[in-house]
Amino acid sequence: MTNTLTMTVNGASVTRDVPANTLLVHFLRDSLRLTGTHVGCDTTQCGACTVHLDGSAVKSCTTLAMTCEGSDVTTIEGLASGDTLHPMQEAFRANHGLQCGFCTPGFVMSAIKIVERLGSGFDDTALREELEGNICRCTGYHNIMKSIRAGAEAMTSKQKTSPDNGAE
Amino acid sequence: MYSFEYHRAETVEETLKLGSVLEDARFLAGGQSLIPMMKLRFAKADNIIDLRDLDELRGIEVAHDIVSIGAMARHAEVAASPKVQSAIPALAGLAGGIGDPMVRARGTMGGSIANADPAACYPAACLALGATINTTGGDIEADDFFQGVFETALGEGALVTGAEFPVPDAAAYKKFRHPASRFALAGIFVARFGDLVRVGVTGAGRQGAYRWIEAEDALTENFAVNALDGLHADPSQMNSDIHGDEPYRAHLVEVMTRRAVLNASAHCGDE
Ligand SMILES: Cc1cc2nc3c(=O)[nH]c(=O)nc-3n(C[C@H](O)[C@H](O)[C@H](O)COP(=O)(O)OP(=O)(O)OC[C@H]3O[C@@H](n4cnc5c(N)ncnc54)[C@H](O)[C@@H]3O)c2cc1C
Ligand code: FES
Ligand code: FES
Repeated sequence: MTNTLTMTVNGASVTRDVPANTLLVHFLRDSLRLTGTHVGCDTTQCGACTVHLDGSAVKSCTTLAMTCEGSDVTTIEGLASGDTLHPMQEAFRANHGLQCGFCTPGFVMSAIKIVERLGSGFDDTALREELEGNICRCTGYHNIMKSIRAGAEAMTSKQKTSPDNGAE
Repeated sequence: MYSFEYHRAETVEETLKLGSVLEDARFLAGGQSLIPMMKLRFAKADNIIDLRDLDELRGIEVAHDIVSIGAMARHAEVAASPKVQSAIPALAGLAGGIGDPMVRARGTMGGSIANADPAACYPAACLALGATINTTGGDIEADDFFQGVFETALGEGALVTGAEFPVPDAAAYKKFRHPASRFALAGIFVARFGDLVRVGVTGAGRQGAYRWIEAEDALTENFAVNALDGLHADPSQMNSDIHGDEPYRAHLVEVMTRRAVLNASAHCGDE
């Protein structure tokens, strides 16, 4: 049986008919063709599928689409404003925070919420703890940490221009 | 995932009514255990009833030395609650150490208790603190509630609505984490009420979470790490899998209990 589902994705209201067992990640990728959100595992551990749901980073592979009826979802595609990357995206670009890039959308979405929770004054141990839900097979994490640190500086000094801020 | 139909209701009463009329129905809270199990086809239900609208199950209150937490309180909310942090810091810390930030943003206390995963953190706290589990079928003491691996005393079709945790004089939770999942290979919650000490063990036991009575007796006599000298966890009671065999888990229980006692004594020294 299909259900009619409405939610706000990257600021726009969308409505689609979906089977009840559709995961949020498949709704985003297959119904909306927003393929920046990735699937990297079967066990809710890699975080490649991380999106923002009503203000929190969540794993969209472990969230039913139907449970997001009426919710506000932001994906990696919703961060930039025009050609201007979100400060966290820009920090990953500038600091070589990615190699293959498969994990990157998830890391960026997680990192933005880490900064919103902790500001920019976190130490390495706290940051490693916070990144527990994201796995990267390429970088060895060193440049990811560096990127997040730079992104945190940029986000906390430029709060008014951050597009993600106003939306959530 | 097998197919199912999706339902939600506004109140506990309507939720229970739905549960009683629908065939093969299962409640969905944060989905952080149920959805992975359904994706792997370890779990299946014809009907899923979403608890997302049950705001009546979200509260966190402290009164008369009891911390009451609603079933739908998310792990992140319990971890960040100033009330829980000041009344039972070990409980706030336990919630803040579950999984990762994304799991904590969705997973709920009620889901953790109802699921009774043998490696879940909350059952250790419930046992050590002597919590009362509130259900729509009446209150159940934690000692009676947890009955084994994924087995509880929760009645058929009943909901966990919350849990009441007595505030101890000192407590600590120490978890040896599974390196990938973050679940407990051995997690020990130690709580002291006056002289009386209770020790809840999760992750290690073959029968799910349990109280380590010998350690409780020794620590009630003398709340110090050396009271545990010569005391051994029984390997025949331990779980065994690719991540750790029985003697290894028994050893972890001993070590993590010592660390919890050390941490709990340090905590009351601070006050
Ligand atoms: C990567 C990962 C790491 C994790 N690490 C840990 C960890 O370190 N420690 C730990 O303790 N847990 C861990 N978990 C599990 C997590 O805490 C789950 O959130 C929790 O076990 C289940 O809560 P839920 O709200 O997600 O329940 P759901 O998954 O929605 O439900 C679980 C079960 O409980 C039932 N249920 C849910 N709520 C109720 C209710 N109110 N009344 C009756 N039945 C109900 C459901 O029908 C289902 O059978 C981890 C999970 C993941 C994916
Ligand atoms: S795809 Fe969601 S955690 Fe791996
Ligand atoms: S950059 Fe390749 S997985 Fe992280």
